[in-house]
Amino acid sequence: MTAERRQVHLAAHFPGVNSTTVWSDPTAQSQVEFSSFEHFARTAERGFFDYLFLAEGLRLREHRGEIHDLDVVGRPNTLGILAAVAAVTRHIGVVGTLSSTFNEPAELARQLATLDHLSGGRAGWNVVTSSDAFHGGNFRRGGFLPHPERYERASEFVALAKKLWDSWDDDAVLGDAAAGEFLRAGAVHDVRHRGKHFDVDARSTVPRSPQGRPIIVQAGDSPDGRDFAAEHAEVIFSRHAEFDDGRRFYSDVKGRLAGRGRSEDSLLILPAVSFVLGDSPADAEEKAREISLQQISKPTAITFLEQVWNRDLSAYDADGPLPEVDPDPGEQITRGWARAFEENQAKIAAWRAKADAEKLSIRQLVIAVANRHGFVGTAAHVASEIDRYVQNRASDGFVVVGHLTPHGLDEFADAVIPELQERGVYRTEYAEGATLRENLGLPAPHRLTDQIGATA
Amino acid sequence: MPRPLHLGVALDGAGWHPQAWRTSDLAAGELFTAAYWTRLARRADEARLDLLTIEDAFAQQTAAPFTPDDRRDQVRGRLDAGIIASFLAPLTRSIGLVPTLSTTHSEPFHLATAVQTLDYASRGRAGWRPKVSADPREARQFGRRDIPAPDFARFQDPTNPLLLELFGEAAEVIEAGRQLWDSWQDDAIIRDVATGRFIDRDRVHRIGFEGEHFSVESASIMPRSPQGQPLVTVLAHARIPYELAAGGADVVYVTPHDEADAVRILGEVREAERAVGRADRIHLDRPLEVWADAVVLLDDSVDAARAALAELEQFDGAAFTSDALIHAGTAESLAEQLLAWQRLGYDGVRLRPARLPADLDRIADDLVPLLRDAGVLDRPDATTLRGRLGLSRPASRYATDHSSPELEEQSA
Repeated sequence: MTAERRQVHLAAHFPGVNSTTVWSDPTAQSQVEFSSFEHFARTAERGFFDYLFLAEGLRLREHRGEIHDLDVVGRPNTLGILAAVAAVTRHIGVVGTLSSTFNEPAELARQLATLDHLSGGRAGWNVVTSSDAFHGGNFRRGGFLPHPERYERASEFVALAKKLWDSWDDDAVLGDAAAGEFLRAGAVHDVRHRGKHFDVDARSTVPRSPQGRPIIVQAGDSPDGRDFAAEHAEVIFSRHAEFDDGRRFYSDVKGRLAGRGRSEDSLLILPAVSFVLGDSPADAEEKAREISLQQISKPTAITFLEQVWNRDLSAYDADGPLPEVDPDPGEQITRGWARAFEENQAKIAAWRAKADAEKLSIRQLVIAVANRHGFVGTAAHVASEIDRYVQNRASDGFVVVGHLTPHGLDEFADAVIPELQERGVYRTEYAEGATLRENLGLPAPHRLTDQIGATA
Repeated sequence: MPRPLHLGVALDGAGWHPQAWRTSDLAAGELFTAAYWTRLARRADEARLDLLTIEDAFAQQTAAPFTPDDRRDQVRGRLDAGIIASFLAPLTRSIGLVPTLSTTHSEPFHLATAVQTLDYASRGRAGWRPKVSADPREARQFGRRDIPAPDFARFQDPTNPLLLELFGEAAEVIEAGRQLWDSWQDDAIIRDVATGRFIDRDRVHRIGFEGEHFSVESASIMPRSPQGQPLVTVLAHARIPYELAAGGADVVYVTPHDEADAVRILGEVREAERAVGRADRIHLDRPLEVWADAVVLLDDSVDAARAALAELEQFDGAAFTSDALIHAGTAESLAEQLLAWQRLGYDGVRLRPARLPADLDRIADDLVPLLRDAGVLDRPDATTLRGRLGLSRPASRYATDHSSPELEEQSA
């Protein structure tokens, strides 16, 4: 029976720069010291996760013209910390978010291939397509890319990166000392690329890496984003963590694969999900309430409303009723957030109605509408929910988001993982020497050979 | 007690001789593995060398500089130096980690945060070697800017417009990096639960860097790192790069070939310091540390070393040449050379092993004990790279010091 059950895949999201991450807890530690990354990665590896996942920061977030100071602030360079994490782990994948707008293919492809070599085939890249002038202010060309072209550039970027990754034959490094042949004849191919966004001639310096190519992850949700995913992605980092919505998204994206000659199992869909564990359902609910109060401090609640209202609400009391003023339709007062804050009269009206009906303060309302926890319950309950999603094709697993640095995953590894193993839906050990792609059960990439020419 | 002589090793491929792979016990493919780099770094770390550098370039190696070839008998291919350095950080204990990173093609913001991240991961042992990428092949890999074929006759020319542009940009990349490294004051993270504030944003500063070549608006994404200002090191052979080093670096690697050369170069470096007004620059109040580079091939006797070099040259079909002095000899003869440089006023040496790991092993096993006996390897009791080299940890330029109105003005 168990052999027929779909297997659960899990990624471990290092706590991010947002209000989910609780820094005010007495056990919370540094978000930048390497010891935190090491602990988190080792915990994830102890729990047999497929990969560690890192978000990226390209500019400190700003609110009302000043650096936002209420959440955790500051994080490392993605590639640098992944390389260091790879050095202290053996099996777990290292996957990072990296912009296709503020990087260049020759450099990023090379860095990722290097990470794949040094990690023994555990590298992955979450492709993001930032393009705004706010982030661009820190980079050579500023906000140079019109918004509609961001996926176009991303797609061309990845296509060029694949050519570079594929440009050395697997056995190109011959090392025949007697014959004096370090490279095999004709085994390194020059890459020539002429496109709208890139005009490149390159001979790669990096031999083909253990995975051939790093795993491509993608998180965009727009139609363009879904098409990009169907074309390039091997994992989707999805926002669709509600069961029914998850099933709709799952079938939509998987349905796009056949048209591109891809099989359904060549792409995994992993929604992000937070969790709260308790000894009993009531205990878990109580903990969830406490965590919410940590996550949504009074200033954070006011800031959240300011982002939606798009105006200064600092005179309001977070424990009092919602503001009666209308939102300001002017220029956005908040910059650098991953999610958009579109002014939305209907949403505000609904919130007012909810707050009136349930007699909610500002803080209580923000917790109710913006701070939903993913899975809340006993470890057995959380494991059964994860299993239910996977068996019913609402997802292939989850990107698990802990709310504490660096201990946010400890309980999950200790309590939920054994429950999943008990159910026969989760690995009990890593296959020795397996690559990330092998652990994810994804097919080896089809190597490009037609777009690159042979060397002399 | 004698002055310390700082000691670094420059790692590249199978060593600096392009045929070194043929005399190695290792398989060629091992050059691209974690095991190889870990072995080299740990050897250097255990020998208590001050730092290791990692060479890099976006284009493949060539037998002659800037001259593309399709040779397959020499080592071709390299892993990214910045990624290697970060990987080595948790695997080493006391050695400085100094990757080569391009100021011509890489994003200054990424470079600055990569070095800070290396500083965190190594707990204060990060440095970098900013490098100008003057090779047109590298520019073609990016397709963003045209770099003309090099004019070798003008490489020493202090009015060469291409070099002035590339090195001028490099100076800006270093300066923007140093500003980003200071952009968070050391006490910016306050975790003030009472007010809900994680940072005191008055202690995090947008740098607003505006250069001729690029601009960087915001603060670093990283809090100030263990060293505050990681070590900046520059390889230089002529007036323009000497001035780059004098205006932004802590250490300059130079390439004297004999005593007269060594004296002349030292004079030119000091002149460059005066020309750029180093003494008045933030965080550069100390004179440049001047280190001599040398390619080393070591054996039990001078004759054996020369024979080993001759074998490599025969494989290559060419005499071995280098921008730096090539020392094929014994650990004793090398130690004499290094101590002679020190007597001329040099602060350190960066050794480029002709063969890896063989000549690194010789450095660790034979040279280091000789230098220790000479009393030049005593180091301060410090855990950071700056500390090892006797450099202080500077406060952020933005730190408010009410006794120093000048500093306040700069932070405005």
